[in-house]
Amino acid sequence: MADRFTAVYICLLFALLLFFSPSTPVIAQDKPDADTVKLSSIPPDTILPEYYPLSPSNIRVSDVPNDAGGSLIIEWDLSPDDHEGGKVKEYIVLRSKAAKGPFEEVGNATQGATSFRDNRTQRGVKFFYKVTALNYEKTDGEFLWKASSESDVAGPAVSTAQWFNFDRLNIFIGIIILCGAIIYFIVAAQKGKSFYIRKIAGIEEVENAVGRATEMGRPIYYVPGISDMDDVQTLASVTILGRVAAIAAENDTRIDVPVSRSMVMVTAREVVKEAYSKAGRPDAFQEDQVRYLTDDQFGYAAAIDGLFVREKPATIFLIGAFFAESLIMAETGNSIGAIQISGTAMPAQLPFFIAACDFTLIGEELFAASAYLSHEPKLLGSLKGQDLGKAVFLIAILIGVILESFGIPVHELFAVK
Amino acid sequence: MKVKELLAAVIIVLFFLLCYFFSPKPVQFSPTVSVVVIILLSLAFVYVFIRTFQGKFIGRRTVFVFVGVSLLLPFFMQFSLPVLISPEVRSVYDALEELPPGSKVLASFDYDPASAPELQPMADAFMKYAFEHGLKVIIMGLWPQGPQQADQSVQAAFAENPGLRDSIKYGRDYVNLGFQAGNEFVILRMGESFKAMFPTDLYNTPYDSIPLLKNVSNFSNVDFGMNFSAGKPGTVEWVQIASDRYKLPMGAGNTAVQAPMAYPYMKKGESGRKQLIGLLGGMAGGAEFEKLTKKQAKATTYLLSQSFAHMVVIMFIIIGNVAFFREKKEKE
Amino acid sequence: MKRELPLTIAFIAGIAFIIAYFIPHPPFNRFENWFSDWFAIIAAFAIWLGALNLMKISFIKIIRKKSDWLHAILIIISFVIILFFGFYEGYRGLHADPPFSFRDPGTSFDWIYVNVYTPLSATMFALLAFFVASASYRAFRARNLEATLLLLAAFFVMLGRVPVGDIITGWLPMEYQMSQWASWIMNVLNTAGQRAIMIGIALGLVSTSLRIILGLERAYMGGD
Repeated sequence: MADRFTAVYICLLFALLLFFSPSTPVIAQDKPDADTVKLSSIPPDTILPEYYPLSPSNIRVSDVPNDAGGSLIIEWDLSPDDHEGGKVKEYIVLRSKAAKGPFEEVGNATQGATSFRDNRTQRGVKFFYKVTALNYEKTDGEFLWKASSESDVAGPAVSTAQWFNFDRLNIFIGIIILCGAIIYFIVAAQKGKSFYIRKIAGIEEVENAVGRATEMGRPIYYVPGISDMDDVQTLASVTILGRVAAIAAENDTRIDVPVSRSMVMVTAREVVKEAYSKAGRPDAFQEDQVRYLTDDQFGYAAAIDGLFVREKPATIFLIGAFFAESLIMAETGNSIGAIQISGTAMPAQLPFFIAACDFTLIGEELFAASAYLSHEPKLLGSLKGQDLGKAVFLIAILIGVILESFGIPVHELFAVK
Repeated sequence: MKVKELLAAVIIVLFFLLCYFFSPKPVQFSPTVSVVVIILLSLAFVYVFIRTFQGKFIGRRTVFVFVGVSLLLPFFMQFSLPVLISPEVRSVYDALEELPPGSKVLASFDYDPASAPELQPMADAFMKYAFEHGLKVIIMGLWPQGPQQADQSVQAAFAENPGLRDSIKYGRDYVNLGFQAGNEFVILRMGESFKAMFPTDLYNTPYDSIPLLKNVSNFSNVDFGMNFSAGKPGTVEWVQIASDRYKLPMGAGNTAVQAPMAYPYMKKGESGRKQLIGLLGGMAGGAEFEKLTKKQAKATTYLLSQSFAHMVVIMFIIIGNVAFFREKKEKE
Repeated sequence: MKRELPLTIAFIAGIAFIIAYFIPHPPFNRFENWFSDWFAIIAAFAIWLGALNLMKISFIKIIRKKSDWLHAILIIISFVIILFFGFYEGYRGLHADPPFSFRDPGTSFDWIYVNVYTPLSATMFALLAFFVASASYRAFRARNLEATLLLLAAFFVMLGRVPVGDIITGWLPMEYQMSQWASWIMNVLNTAGQRAIMIGIALGLVSTSLRIILGLERAYMGGD
């Protein structure tokens, strides 16, 4: 009864939809032509003196610091005529290799601007600059008249490349601290020191989840997200896949890995194949266990949903980078009664996974999962080092907040440039 | 596929075709009928609430039907809800207002047709605003379909204000550089040279031949960046590279799901600078921006549907809790 | 060598990116561009691997009449149709005067994009509205304190993000209306939570990347 009722409702919905289904006519469009602005030549002696703006002053040219060279920054003091309703409409920046010229235009800046960055200089070559204040009247993009005043010549200035970006010194120190902590604990672990790592529910359940699929005689589905191999989340996911595939192979349970990217397919196939070999079951591996579906986000979601509904896996892993399709997959998995273990470092998708999945690896737990599942002391040591780094940053944040609250400006130390 | 399911699909398609070819003109409810419909919907909720209280819990399909009906019905109703402007949307609008005519705005369209219902209205409003205020728009996309969505915005602006079709010239007032693969690496390379990433525009015109791009070599020659994004690559990447490294002032429009990720970037950092000046979040953000730019269009219309849907979800959260406590009581 | 070569490449690539971030002097400043260009080229070629794999598996399903072989026929027909129209319009566009692209409005490829792909894509995204409702109905239950707080936050944000919330609290002063509560929850509570998760993720990223660069993490290559 409920089904029939629902079917009638759905038919009504479709009918109502029709009234507002927009037609989408394909309109052939002309290709736009790249118009060129024609400059009208207006003899300067026909323009009255009161239309000429005062020129900007105090032109300074300096090398852009902490770069690869090739950039100079030109700064100036505003023209006195640069104000609301004033004569200055824009500034033109001119450049030459000689103080006497000839000067060529290299850029423009809007009214009120006091600097311009010239990114087309050559390293080691001297340049001279002038800044022109420009007043004009335009119609339909064409000049009716122009009146300009040039500043004095500034320079010479030379752009150079630097060997270290001192703007990023704070990041360099931060990385040294963090990587140092990680390496220290890895070395300590290699020497036999053991560390306490708290239990993560999702990772603890992996074996149980695979066991459930074995008992029910249904497959496991592992979805590694929709990003490519250049995303660390996908790398982490493929790493976890290796561990999960090994457990599945030992239990003689089929694991299917539908992927969204070709390179992920190639990598995941090798990982699963190797896992089966290590478990002593190389014959059980079939190439079509790891298959490419589509790059398209919602096409992938539709395909995954279809596979879930038809194959009815007992266990689903949704681990990797997900976007809007996350809830579509998770809810479908929930509706078929599968146990779902998810993990992502996309903060926007975490609430959906937490609502729809049985276990969720939140953020850094995803990156810790591989170390956790491997039980390798070196990898567990790296988790400890990561925690120490986190503690250092937490203390730094607390100290920074307290100092800033008392008016001691320390934010510059933490600025990322 | 089961016979029953196939039959149901065939019946639905036939009904669809029947209504399409023989349907009368679209129906509009009068205010009285709208109120009656809302009352009927509310009574249906009360019925579900009573059944839940009696221990007869509803299934997912009932939830879907209610959501579907609540999304559709507002299209037939003739009233709209008042739209209040949030500070995040106001910031974007104020930043655009401060740009003098002639300012160059880099607009990156990083979404696909799936997200178009949510992002296209705000993109249309932005494009119309930009053209009417003399801003020069450099269009690009990090998603393959982005430039096509941008083109739809341009056409929508022309359709709404036909005068723009004559006064706005391609190449002089706006240009579409097209899509470039490489995600955040594209933004990184654009920090040095736009031309390196886009040697031609979407129509294969060489970069140097386009008047608008004459003095534009990288971000330092652009006055504002606007990003419409539905995921990755999107606002986060633009903020982390273009705004953070190259100090490009940036505003963004996101889907409601992505918007929470952008909120941390709207806080003032060192020297009072925000990484992200403002954000148009979801349909509500689009409707607010339409109100500010005086263009009451799709987002404002869709917001009524969204409001209905939100109310339905809240009702089901309440009903779900009633079911939970009922179950708990039964177990005890 | 089978293991050492990929590990060496991973090490060199990782170190190159780190160096490029801190040393702007040429040629280090070009490392990122070189690697990103190569990645784009490899990714573009790799798509054929996936597409051919999809076709192969679909054909095998049809030939062996495996489960869902009807879906496999649909995949192949769709693939062939779009490929055909893409090439056909591309060829037509090359020889037309003036030339046009296969993607330009007015072409059959564009018709398929606008009238088939776009509605299908939007339909899948629209499913989210229904799934959010069913997930909320099932998950937002006041089981404990944390779940109750989550429930209340969802309540305020859902109402505050649409005008209905302000209509309900219209009798309160402006700063106490529902949209302001929703903004406060998003700007303060949500931002704090997001930042905490993002900091943790960043640290996890560094740790994982370091393990991969140093060759400690090898599972992604297949095996320990």
